[in-house]
Amino acid sequence: MSETSNPMREAIQSAISENPVILFMKGTPEAPACGFSARTVAVLQSLDKPFAAVDILPDPRIRQELSAISGWPTIPQLFVDGELVGGCDIVMEMYQSGELHSALGLEATPPPAEDAPISIENRL
Amino acid sequence: MAVDPQELKSRIEAGIPGARAEVTGDGHHFEAVVSSSAFAGLTRIAQHRMVYDVFGSEIGDRIHALSIKTTEAETV
Repeated sequence: MSETSNPMREAIQSAISENPVILFMKGTPEAPACGFSARTVAVLQSLDKPFAAVDILPDPRIRQELSAISGWPTIPQLFVDGELVGGCDIVMEMYQSGELHSALGLEATPPPAEDAPISIENRL
Repeated sequence: MAVDPQELKSRIEAGIPGARAEVTGDGHHFEAVVSSSAFAGLTRIAQHRMVYDVFGSEIGDRIHALSIKTTEAETV
């Protein structure tokens, strides 16, 4: 892939690096345009963590370039400290396990106990 | 055009070593529960990417939405 100038990609990349928590979604936090985006917004709002939100719908190139950057095909996409955390499924799972709290630097409610205790048990 | 969840199931199982998948869906929106020993040691992001990679650009297009849950399979 050539490194030709790509203003859209650069804009997305700066948005990701400049905002500690940023959600790319369909619609806005006030008016989500998709159930997956709505659920992800609801989780973030329930944690009282401020986040930046980008609506990808107004221009199809936003989604195209975003997915090219992240290697992730679906929307929403949550980035924390410049790293892709995941889409709706992963965010929900992390929320339920308490991992999302720590990923967002919040006072954690129960963090996951140990790594993979289940597999250890099953092997015994 | 509707997509058969069975098709997704077989493609996931063929595309990821040792994978077992259960896929449900209405022909456009799907939920896949996938377990594979190939997921061992990978982050959730990486595990989900392996599943998405089976379908490439069909995700968001022919397959409108694919919700994924991955688990590491026990080595038998």
